[in-house]
Amino acid sequence: MSGAPSGPTPSQTVGPFFAIALPWPDGQAVVPEGTPGAVVIGGRVLDGAGEPVPDALVETWQADPDGRFAHPDDPRGPNPAGTGFRGFGRAPTDADGRWSVRTVKPGPLPAEDGGTEAPHLDVSVFARGLLHRVVTRIYFPDEAEANAADPVLASIDDEHARATLVAAAQAPGRLRFDIHLQGPDETLFFDL
Amino acid sequence: MRHEPMEREAMKPAGYRRDDAAGTHPALDTPAYASTRLRAPKRPLVLLPHRLTEVTGPLLGAERVGPTDHDLTVQHGGEPLGERIVVTGRVLDGDGRPVRGALVEVWQANACGRYRHDGDRHDAPLDPNFTGLGRCLTDDAGRYRFVTVKPGAYPWKNHQNAWRPAHIHFSVFGWAFTQRLITQMYFPGDPLFEFDPILGSVPERARDRLVARFDLATTEPEWALGYQWDIVLRGREATPPGADDDESNEGGR
Repeated sequence: MSGAPSGPTPSQTVGPFFAIALPWPDGQAVVPEGTPGAVVIGGRVLDGAGEPVPDALVETWQADPDGRFAHPDDPRGPNPAGTGFRGFGRAPTDADGRWSVRTVKPGPLPAEDGGTEAPHLDVSVFARGLLHRVVTRIYFPDEAEANAADPVLASIDDEHARATLVAAAQAPGRLRFDIHLQGPDETLFFDL
Repeated sequence: MRHEPMEREAMKPAGYRRDDAAGTHPALDTPAYASTRLRAPKRPLVLLPHRLTEVTGPLLGAERVGPTDHDLTVQHGGEPLGERIVVTGRVLDGDGRPVRGALVEVWQANACGRYRHDGDRHDAPLDPNFTGLGRCLTDDAGRYRFVTVKPGAYPWKNHQNAWRPAHIHFSVFGWAFTQRLITQMYFPGDPLFEFDPILGSVPERARDRLVARFDLATTEPEWALGYQWDIVLRGREATPPGADDDESNEGGR
């Protein structure tokens, strides 16, 4: 019916009105309340003037605590211990630019050449003013040894930029991860 | 012993193609779109090789879609005002393979160019019979289909006498984190295209990929105009030698 596609579809900004459609009542709950080991990860999204971004959408994607994905492209197959772990979080920011998801720490992941990726979440940030999502990662502050051996962190020479990828312990069961779109503390973003 | 190297090989899954990124997507730093000034990152992006987290992604299913979510004209007591339309097309990967069972979410202004959102200050009427929210899953051919009304153009504050061309926002999950896409679909022949810095942020040769095609075969007699618009996500790189043949984008659901 339609002709052969001419190439990948370009990205456009999510705009200021996505709240009509994208927030889900359970979007922030990667795991249900009361899940053993649950941790709330969140912070603020800030612009280049240090002002909160009240109309951003943060999405997270991660492995389960065993380091497995409920996905056919996980070459290790389905996790026998898996119980339908969603792995996905979606959180709009509030008027103060705050977002959070409730999840559990993922396990480490096998990488090429016998290496290991430290526990991490992949993160997308969408907002008015972002014509394309920006992508970053959240690593865990209590995984110093694993983080030191992580191939992605190791590929980043700038220590200050590398540090923007590690969440800060805020309280038991609570980690802080601010996302600076610009400025001296600009978060490290990836070319995916 | 024998399967150990195989297993290692499998831990380097085929990634998704990065080709064409510069010729397809807008630059984050697009000064003509004023909201980019304080929000677009300034530092160079760091290359992220595709490993397990990037080649997998959320597979969100039917539980996300309600019975009337595909028809934006039946979600209230009465019919919304405006020109009734059908918008349909396929979600494909970069090799033309259908992306099946993919969640597609849409949102839009009403026929007058007003969003049902507190932040929309445009002095145009709200329609009590229109929310402007749609969701569906692609079928086995990768096809989505929505019934809605054609959204109106609306003014915004980007520059003097700035107007957005009529558009529908689309959010699409492919099979992998790497394929996630949020974009906008436009209608053919809109005279506002040349004045719009958001559509204009797309490299010129890729701009028409965001414009739907009027289609008489999709048009339903005495009822609604039809538009076709395909969405193409990134394609997979060749499977590395030694790894299993990869049919996974096609199967599994």
